[in-house]
Amino acid sequence: MPLPLTLRAAVDFELTEEQQLLVKGTRDLAQGVIAPRSAQMDRDGSVDPVVLEALRANGYFSLGIPRQYGGLGLSTFGYGLVIAELARVDAGIAIMVSVHNGVGTYPIMGFGNEQLRLRVLPAMASGTLASFCVTEPGVGSDAANLTTRAEVVGSSYRLTGEKIWVTNGAHAGFFVVLARMDGKRGHDGISAFLVERGAPGLTIGAKEDKMGLRCSDAVSLVLDDVAVPRENLIGEEGQGFKIAMASLDGGRIGVAYQAVGLATACLEAATRYAQERDAFGGPISNLQAIQWMIAQAATELEAATLLAHKAATLKDQGKPFSKHAAMAKLFGSEMAGRTADMAVQVHGGFGYSKDYDVERYFRDARVLRIYEGTSEVQKLVIARRHFNGER
Amino acid sequence: MRFDLTSEQELIRKTARAFAEREIVPFAAKWDKESRFPAEVVAKLAELGFMGMFVPESWGGAGLDVLSYIVALEEISRGDASCGVIMSVNNSLVCWPLLHFGTQAQKERWLKPLAAGRQLGAFCLSEPQAGTDAAAQKTVAVRKGQGYVLNGTKNFITNGAHADVLLVFTMTDLEKGHGGITAFLVDAPAKGVSVSHTEKKMGIKASDTAQIVLEDVQVGVENLLGEEGKGFRVAMSTLDGGRIGIAAQALGIAQAALEHSIRYAKEREQFGRPIAEFQGIQWKIADMTARLDAARLLTYRAAWMKDQGARHTRESAIAKLMASTTAVFCAEEAVQIFGANGYSKEYPVEKLMRDAKICDIYEGTNEVQRMVIAQSMLQ
Repeated sequence: MPLPLTLRAAVDFELTEEQQLLVKGTRDLAQGVIAPRSAQMDRDGSVDPVVLEALRANGYFSLGIPRQYGGLGLSTFGYGLVIAELARVDAGIAIMVSVHNGVGTYPIMGFGNEQLRLRVLPAMASGTLASFCVTEPGVGSDAANLTTRAEVVGSSYRLTGEKIWVTNGAHAGFFVVLARMDGKRGHDGISAFLVERGAPGLTIGAKEDKMGLRCSDAVSLVLDDVAVPRENLIGEEGQGFKIAMASLDGGRIGVAYQAVGLATACLEAATRYAQERDAFGGPISNLQAIQWMIAQAATELEAATLLAHKAATLKDQGKPFSKHAAMAKLFGSEMAGRTADMAVQVHGGFGYSKDYDVERYFRDARVLRIYEGTSEVQKLVIARRHFNGER
Repeated sequence: MRFDLTSEQELIRKTARAFAEREIVPFAAKWDKESRFPAEVVAKLAELGFMGMFVPESWGGAGLDVLSYIVALEEISRGDASCGVIMSVNNSLVCWPLLHFGTQAQKERWLKPLAAGRQLGAFCLSEPQAGTDAAAQKTVAVRKGQGYVLNGTKNFITNGAHADVLLVFTMTDLEKGHGGITAFLVDAPAKGVSVSHTEKKMGIKASDTAQIVLEDVQVGVENLLGEEGKGFRVAMSTLDGGRIGIAAQALGIAQAALEHSIRYAKEREQFGRPIAEFQGIQWKIADMTARLDAARLLTYRAAWMKDQGARHTRESAIAKLMASTTAVFCAEEAVQIFGANGYSKEYPVEKLMRDAKICDIYEGTNEVQRMVIAQSMLQ
C-alpha cells in the first residue's frame, strides 16, 4: 500500500501576500459588519439586509467565478480561506456564501455551455444568489432515487416535484434543480436544470425552523409543471447525477473550511474564557484538565486545516480530489462538533446561555456532520475510492 | 444480586410513563418554543406524590424509596427534560436536605408543603464567580439581633423564578473558606429577594433558570439549616443525591433518543429499504443501547446505595458522569440517524440534543465528577 502522503512533495505553509490580504479583508468585514449582528440574526432566524448588501458589494458572491464572467476568479484554496474567515464569525453566513459559490455556481461553471455561462454567471457574480436543489422529502443520502420529474413538452422541459432543505432558497434568483427525465430510471435518468425565480409554477415554501445556522435559510420548493427553456438545461440530458456529485465534491471543501473557521472561533472563545475565569485561586487555564481539552482541540483543528488545504490544492491542480474532499469534510465536521462541545464545557453554565457566543457555535456546528453528505455518506465515498485503489 | 424492580417500583414506572405520555409528551415542543414553565404539570406531579417521593408520609411525602423516585424521574424526563429537572431539584436538592438536616419545626414549616408539592423549592449555591469552585462563595450572612442579614447574588438557579422556598448558601465567615459556609431557608416572597433576570438557554427551556439577588434579607435563627459553618457539608451531601437525579434525567433523555431512533430507522427508506437494515445504522443503535444499559445500571446502583444508607459520593459521581455523556451521545446519534430532519424543530430529536447538553454541566460538570471520582480513589 502506498504511503498516504506523498512525502516527496514540497510543502509550503506560508500564505502568499495576496492570500494574506484576502484573509485580512474578509476578517475586517466579518468583524466589522457581521459579528455585531450575528446574535440578533440567530434570534431572528434571518439574515440582516446590511450583511447581505456588504457581502454583495465586496464581491463575496463572485469568489470562484472566472474573471471573464465578472468574478474574482479565486482558486479553491483562496475561496476556502474566505469561507473559514467568515465561519470564524458566523457559520450561517459562511454557508450562505459557500453554497452560492460552491454547489450554486459550480454546475454552470463546470458543465454549462458558453451561452448559459455568459447569460447567468455575471448575474450570479454580482450577487443574485444561487441555490442547489437535490434533497426531497423521501430522498436524502440516496440522491440517485430522486423523483422530481422532467418532461419534454415542445421546445421546453416541464418540471414537477418537491425539493426540501434548499439553502439560500428564500433569497435565491437561481435554482439548480435535479430532476428525472420522464420514464428514465437510475443515475442516468437525471438531468440538471437552471430554474429562475418567478417561473410560473415555482412556489417557494416556508423556511425550516432549525437548531442552528439560523441566519441562513433552508426552504422547501414546490415545482408544479414549471416550464424550463431548453437553454436552461445544464450540460446534457442524463448528466445530472454526475453534475450533482462533482458539485458536491467541491462543496464539501467549502464545508471543511467552514468547520475550520467555526472550530477556530470555538477554540479562541474557550482560550479567552479559560484565561479570564478564576476558580480555585487562579485562571482555569492553569488546570491540567482544561489544558488537555485545549491541547486536543488545537491539534485536531490543525489536522483538519491541513486536510482542507490538501483537498483544495488537489482541486486547484486539476487532480482527482473527491476522496480528499470527503476526508476533509468528514474529519473537519466531526472535529468542529467536538470543539464546539469542548468550548461549551469550558464555559460551564455560561456556555449553555445565549449570553455567550459558544451556545450558538454548538448549535451551528451540529449540521456540518449532516449536510452536503452526512458523515456516513463521506465514509461511503472514502471507502469506495479506497477499495478502488485510489491514493 | 438482583436486577429486577419490585412490583411497586414497576407500578411507579408504569404510572409515570402513562402520565408523561398523556400530560407531557404532547406539549413539550410547545413549552420549549415558548420557554414556558409547565405549572399545570407541576401541580399534577404533586397530586401523584412525585414532588416529595422519598419523604415519609408523615412529612407530606410519598414515603417511597430512592430507587422508585429515580425510576419515576427517568420516565418524566423521557417525556420532557425540563419537567424532570423541576421535579429533581424539589425532591433531591430541597426536600432531602430538609429531611436530613432540618429540625422538627423546620420540617413542619417547610418540608411538608414542599414534599406535598404545594410549594416549590430552589437550591441556591452557584454565584457568578463561584460555579465549579463552590467554596468561593461571596454571598454573606451577618449576625444581627435575633437573626441574620443576607446579601449577595445567586446564579443559574433552577426553579428560581417560581420557587416559594430558597435554600441559600452563604458565608458567615469569609476567612474560613469551606468552614465559613452556612445554609439558610429563605421564603421567596420576602423583602429584599428579587429575580434580576432569567437565562435564555440552549435547552431545557421550560425550566426557568434565574439570577436571584438578596439585598439585606432578614432571616431568623430558625431559618438556619444544620449548623453555622457546616453549610458546605449540607451542599455536598445534597449534591451527592442530586447527581443521581440528574443521572436519571439523562437516562430519560437517552431513552427517548433511542426510541425515536429505532422508530425512524424502521420507517425511513433510502436505497430501496429501511435504513435500519444498514449496518452503519445498526451499530449506532447497538452502541446507544449498550451505553444506556450501562448508565442505567450505574444509576440504579447509586440509588440503591443511597437507599441502604451507604456512602455514595463516588457512585453518584460515576452515575452522573456516565449517564450525562450517554444522553449527549444518544441525542447526537439520534440527530444523525434523522439526518437533516434531525436538525429541524419539526422532529423531536433536535430538542433532545439541546436538552441533553445541560446534563454535562449542572450539579457538577463532568470535570467535577472526575475530580470527585479521582479524589475518592487517590486519597
